[in-house]
Amino acid sequence: MITKVSRREFLAGAAVAGATLTLGCHFEADAGRLIAADAPTLAPNAFLTIQSDGRILITVNKTEMGQGVRTALPMLVAEELDADWSQVAAETASFDPSKYGFQRTGGSGSIRGAWEPLRRTGATARAMLVEAAARRWNVPAAECRTSNSFVIHPTEAAKKLGYGELVADAAALPVPDAKAVKLKEPKDFKLIGQRVARYDNPAIVTGRAVYGLDVRLPGMRFATLLHPPAFGGKAKQVDDGAAKAVPGVEKVLLTDRGVAVVATNTWAAFEGAKKLRVTWDDGPNAALSSAAIRAMFAEKAKAPGDAARQDGDFEAAFAKAAKTLEAEYEAPFLHHATLEPQNCTARVTAERCEIWAPTQFPNFVMDEARRITGLDAGRIKIHVTLLGGGFGRRIEADYAADAIEVAKRLDGAPVQVTWTREEDMRQGWYRPASLHIVKGGLSPDGQPVALLHRLVAPSILGQRQSDGGKGVDRGAMSGIATMPYSVPNFRAEYVRANTGVPIGFWRAVFDSQNAFVQESFLDELAHAAKADPVAFRLRLLDKSPRLKNALEIAANAADWGKPLPKGRARGVAAHASFGAFCAQVAEVSVEDDALRVHRIVCAMDVGTVINPSQVEAQIEGSIAFALSAALYGAMTIEKGRVVQSNFNDYPLLRVSEMPKVDIHLVKGAEAPSGAGEPALPPTAPAVCNALFALTGKRIRRLPIELDA
Amino acid sequence: MPITATVNGVRQSCNAPPEMPLLWVLRDTLGLTGTKYGCGIGLCGACTVHVDGAATRACLAPLSSVGGKQVTTIEGLSPDGTHPVQRAWQAEDVAQCGYCQPGQIMAAAALLAKQPNPSDEDIAAALVGNLCRCGTYQRIVAAVRRAARLQKGEALAR
Repeated sequence: MITKVSRREFLAGAAVAGATLTLGCHFEADAGRLIAADAPTLAPNAFLTIQSDGRILITVNKTEMGQGVRTALPMLVAEELDADWSQVAAETASFDPSKYGFQRTGGSGSIRGAWEPLRRTGATARAMLVEAAARRWNVPAAECRTSNSFVIHPTEAAKKLGYGELVADAAALPVPDAKAVKLKEPKDFKLIGQRVARYDNPAIVTGRAVYGLDVRLPGMRFATLLHPPAFGGKAKQVDDGAAKAVPGVEKVLLTDRGVAVVATNTWAAFEGAKKLRVTWDDGPNAALSSAAIRAMFAEKAKAPGDAARQDGDFEAAFAKAAKTLEAEYEAPFLHHATLEPQNCTARVTAERCEIWAPTQFPNFVMDEARRITGLDAGRIKIHVTLLGGGFGRRIEADYAADAIEVAKRLDGAPVQVTWTREEDMRQGWYRPASLHIVKGGLSPDGQPVALLHRLVAPSILGQRQSDGGKGVDRGAMSGIATMPYSVPNFRAEYVRANTGVPIGFWRAVFDSQNAFVQESFLDELAHAAKADPVAFRLRLLDKSPRLKNALEIAANAADWGKPLPKGRARGVAAHASFGAFCAQVAEVSVEDDALRVHRIVCAMDVGTVINPSQVEAQIEGSIAFALSAALYGAMTIEKGRVVQSNFNDYPLLRVSEMPKVDIHLVKGAEAPSGAGEPALPPTAPAVCNALFALTGKRIRRLPIELDA
Repeated sequence: MPITATVNGVRQSCNAPPEMPLLWVLRDTLGLTGTKYGCGIGLCGACTVHVDGAATRACLAPLSSVGGKQVTTIEGLSPDGTHPVQRAWQAEDVAQCGYCQPGQIMAAAALLAKQPNPSDEDIAAALVGNLCRCGTYQRIVAAVRRAARLQKGEALAR
């Protein structure tokens, strides 16, 4: 494990600064502490600053939410720069698309997006430093090499200059075309592929890491909101007498989004909110319930949907098949339950707005800030904090709207809005619920010859359009339209079934339920064909060699086919998503009427692995996230609102329930895929398939209920 | 009447209402934000601190309950982040988002203080009340084992 200095130590040592080679911007607040104002700078892009003392600051344009971007993205720069990793510091960019490009963090896309440009950033700076050294030595640049933040001329031992010493000269050189600089061959990587410790470890283990909730400003007020409990509801009447009597409560404000209690501390705000008497208008969704939504899905499922993919002729092949199977599968609405509840801090004056937001998508925060304050973007500053979990929830900006609205009415005083856990749970953007119709046909020799997968589900983007959207929702069909198995007659259909429940992006979103259904039903077909579930899949995966390879590795590592202790069984599932290929084997038992997952063997091919420790962490995390959902996850809707309120009725996986996770990363030379989500989809079906192998009970509805 | 307690070795007098949970006194009055809010009802463990050495949910502990007592938060666990549990957490690269980790670390430190050689069952029992939404549990257990070894090594060296 490679460890390094923390940013705080970096800054502490950075007081003395001379010339600085800045491949990038003029850092604002934070950078002022790093560089002298009159230092020469050079700015081919906004992501790299090298100081004359050899320290290197890398600005990260994605949000750190536990996936390790503040480690992995700097690694890409440092690799091609041949930087001394102990001298590298990371900083999260504030919102400025003109400098930092697209700042949305999601879809397991950070590494994929940064892979080429950030390596080119490092290589560009390296080329300039080499050129500066070569000129000083009067030797051809091609004769110089670099290592550990030094330029070295190999023929004469004395010729070695540190990057810091070369900054002033290099800053005076023209910036080469980043697209023309040469990148390393993978065999020459020194940092990429290493187990590099998370950059934020020292801050996290000492409590110094600053999440949204930890922002503290002079004169700051603390607030919370009660939002309409029913989706689309409104506050009709507010009796705030008792709330205002709570010591510490300063104001009660009716906002566009609810009722805010402003106080001198968060607890007083929470206590005040408990004492509010609000009469709500429940709005258009007052009658909405889980049962009604399920009935609506079932009705819509009767008619064919829009085809997202059509291979051969499903109907004809199904009609002729030697053996046919039909099933209905269901998945519930799910909550993100980030451990840090939604929150945001803002200060608004007539001229300026400054926001400290734990957000995955500052663009949306900016939209809200402009809408609410009427200020131009140039007068709005958005700082992005660390996130106590994101999982897609923090792509939305509703928490920021709350803070900005309240701040606007506090005469320039900063305010931190914190939602209670209960509000967080009930004001979500839930993983969509779905109903799936699946049909399959086998040939006389047990080969699948016909397959239909009809998804009935609301559309995340469609629900945000006035007409609900039309046609196939490609995102919703993720994993179905791309079904990897060779079945000659296959149809993938989407039936749009919007509801009044707010829905949003979740870890692996639709791939989570789509893989559950596809891989469970494939297991049904394998059993109907009296075939081994692994062998059955392998025969169908010739056109997806990377998924096939992952499946073979997982099956071998899990001793597939070999005996297990009595009372245990294995199940398998495989799924490709976010550019990665993942197969898992789960080992389960039922003890005291409870399902126990003992072990998950996971093989995953993400192409080039930047940091094995973090790819493995994402696999462990995805599996735990999937198990919370499979074992417990369900948001129930009654009277147009969410029933669940806290971790008592929305339980999450605990340490005692965590299976042993054995990970096998496939060695690949391909460009890196996403890694934060692709290990989630196979877990639920692998577990359910194992449960079937053990008990003969087929789970077609999540969460798993043994006695249903 | 102000309530007085020792927080991370410093005597603090607080005029807040006696029923105000310690969590919010720490975070909003004393500015010790390492102790986190997660659920407010003692189900997630993100607010775990030590009160006279015992792992305590600060969201459920009224200020009045810590009068005259020693409160230790993640900021005060060690002067420089070198408590065996903190070192083990870094060596095992435990944290993902990190939000729950101060609570996990405080729970683990309290366990090791009274049980230097915990079994895996002991570890699970001590940490079962601490949720990690990122799913770092496998590394948490490995880190507690490593911390126990580190602690033993230190004890031998003394």
